[in-house]
Amino acid sequence: MSSVDARTSGAQGVGVEKPRVAFWNDPEKRGYIFQAVLFAAVIYFFWAAFDNARDNLVKQKIASGFGFWNNTAGFDIGQRLIPYETTSTYGQAFWVGLTNTLLVAVVGIVLATFLGFIIGVARLSKNWLVQKLATIYVEAIRNTPLLLQLLFWYNAVLKALPEVKESVAIPGGSFLNTRGLFVPEPVFAANFSWVLYTLLAGLVGYVSYGRWARLKQEKTGEQSPVLKVGFGLVILFPLAVYFLAGQPLSFNYPDLGRFNIRGGVQVYPEFVALVVGLTIYTAAFIAEAVRAGIQAVSKGQTEAAYALGLRPGPTLDLVVIPQAMRVIIPPLTSNYLNLTKNSSLAVAIGYPDLVQVFTGTVLNQTGQAVEVVVITMAVYLTISLTTSMFMNWYNARKALIER
Amino acid sequence: MKKLLMSVAVGAAVVLAAGAASAQTTTLNQVKARGTLQCGSNTGLAGFGLPDAQGVWAGLDVDLCRAMSAAIFNDPTKVKFVPLSSKDRFTALQSGEVDVLVRNTTWTMSRDTSLGLEFGPVNYYDGQGFMVRKKLKIASAMELSGASVCTQQGTTTELNLADFFRANKLKYEVVTFATSDETIKAYDAGRCDAFTTDASGLYSERLRLTAPDDHIVLPEIISKEPLGPATRHGDNQWFDIVKWTHYAMLTAEELGVTKANVDEMMKSTNPDVKRLLGTEGKFGEAIGLPNDWGYRIIKHVGNYGESFERNVGMGSRLKVARGVNALWTKGGLQYAPPIR
Ligand SMILES: N[C@@H](CCC(=O)N[C@@H](CS)C(=O)NCC(=O)O)C(=O)O
Repeated sequence: MSSVDARTSGAQGVGVEKPRVAFWNDPEKRGYIFQAVLFAAVIYFFWAAFDNARDNLVKQKIASGFGFWNNTAGFDIGQRLIPYETTSTYGQAFWVGLTNTLLVAVVGIVLATFLGFIIGVARLSKNWLVQKLATIYVEAIRNTPLLLQLLFWYNAVLKALPEVKESVAIPGGSFLNTRGLFVPEPVFAANFSWVLYTLLAGLVGYVSYGRWARLKQEKTGEQSPVLKVGFGLVILFPLAVYFLAGQPLSFNYPDLGRFNIRGGVQVYPEFVALVVGLTIYTAAFIAEAVRAGIQAVSKGQTEAAYALGLRPGPTLDLVVIPQAMRVIIPPLTSNYLNLTKNSSLAVAIGYPDLVQVFTGTVLNQTGQAVEVVVITMAVYLTISLTTSMFMNWYNARKALIER
Repeated sequence: MKKLLMSVAVGAAVVLAAGAASAQTTTLNQVKARGTLQCGSNTGLAGFGLPDAQGVWAGLDVDLCRAMSAAIFNDPTKVKFVPLSSKDRFTALQSGEVDVLVRNTTWTMSRDTSLGLEFGPVNYYDGQGFMVRKKLKIASAMELSGASVCTQQGTTTELNLADFFRANKLKYEVVTFATSDETIKAYDAGRCDAFTTDASGLYSERLRLTAPDDHIVLPEIISKEPLGPATRHGDNQWFDIVKWTHYAMLTAEELGVTKANVDEMMKSTNPDVKRLLGTEGKFGEAIGLPNDWGYRIIKHVGNYGESFERNVGMGSRLKVARGVNALWTKGGLQYAPPIR
């Protein structure tokens, strides 16, 4: 009470000295004390949990600590993006699982975004059939459990595929069978780096040119042939270098063996099923976010654009989408996070993601549940926070800049 | 994610539980107070642990839990079977969710020494094998080079498989699943050329395939799989109960005491029989049980041979021969220390 009086009188500028009150009566100081007590309690809780866990583990003669990280794993992993073999360590198995998780997450996010935007726009289509189909898609997918969908896709994929001996040859040197899709593996000769450098230079040139063209248009209203110049810089230019360098790219073609196919790159059915399942599921949610975002842009904006003489294409491009994006990005972010976390359902269909390899096999072979689970949670937390940070940055960039 | 949550829950249990096997309360007292024995079982493996259509569990491993329940409660039905996948089983035992784990679990040094567990006597001597489709026309595991193999996670199987292919310098591709359902379904759907697990498991899982007769088990046995019950480290009385329950069943078989004749045998003058059935000595007391513990086990469950024949032997669908699991007196490895 008294301190409130003090403040009000202070605000009136009478210059009365703040009356002395006991610190427990001063809300500001009291606030600090509560914060400090809470902080200490939280720290104590975690310390006690940690200490208790260590104690119990020792008492029960359960191994603890992170020493297992460098022990030999002794098991194999099917799909791996980085070198790994039976004699590798648990730590290396962790990285194999993590890269597999990231692969699914990245591919899934890209595909789900495309599909989600298409379906979202289709839900607002004036074409009755398209609009109804999109609605059915969204409702059917959103309202069935993801796990069932994954099992469905996995079994559907497996059922549809022929046995190894009856592999389907796809023109261009690829094969398809129950083991997955085998595509030619690109083999790069040393000269190929020149092509990469030109491609990089072309990209830089294209981006700079695009920026210059936009500034010019804003000033003078004149448009420049951005696409044509881009095509030349990014495609024709590197292609020319590719031939000049003597075509430094060849392919290692897959080849039908007794049991399997040798050579080439193998795309596993588990991977395909997981990506397809996650993409289709997440796209339904993204579609809803997109629909909501577009509907949030008031009709007057479109009408104004038409009144200014813009055609429907540029209207969507320049007026509606930029405004809709502000509404779409936050739910989009949480859908990306969901997709990443949902990828841990991989265990059900035998895809060696982080959870399958690390909290599955490694946890079980080492028996170190606490350590393994803590590491896994930290990894998911890191992935999620990084994704959020990136999306927040993107959101800030896309926020309406009023001129 | 659900699996992760489960692990977190189990982890939290380890973190927060005030030491499941703390000094004051022994497992036996807990079981008696609760009125049921919590037994970690298979999610479903015919012959070892599988609930029938009425939800009644049966199997060789199940019988060991029933025998313990009979010894403790004089009632073989006071057991709650907790189905556990191979990768969740040890955490469930460590965290106190189950009192004993009897789930075709291989006794290995690392499990014995670093998981805080104690392995009881081997109730089934096994080894790992392979199953393939007949139409592949393969006669030996050595011809599996380049094959893809389906297997279950968190098992010794996973490790032996890697060892076998590495030792023989054969290439292969492994597809690992978390549960036995998923594993056998993927094999059935043609994802893998071979399916691998303990030989006993092969015979049992083969029955679940759409066309069991289209598959054969290859002759190679690539590992030693001594399967037996496990308990938490540190409760010696409980460990004794687990051990001697199995030994009582073996001793009964050796002495010709069966479920059918056990009442008759109560009148036996054979000192070995008398000590087993509790008409002489105080052997039950020594492990915290009534002295007729042996009688109860045989009366309600039967001896080891009976359990074997009923669940995995000629009286079952698996038709496994006794082989190394015969009594030592018949050339096998099953041997019980004397009750005296
Ligand atoms: N004996 C091995 C393997 C045990 C195991 O889990 N086998 C699988 C395949 S036969 C199984 O029992 N599955 C049935 C289930 O999960 O209930 C071990 O202890 O690691």
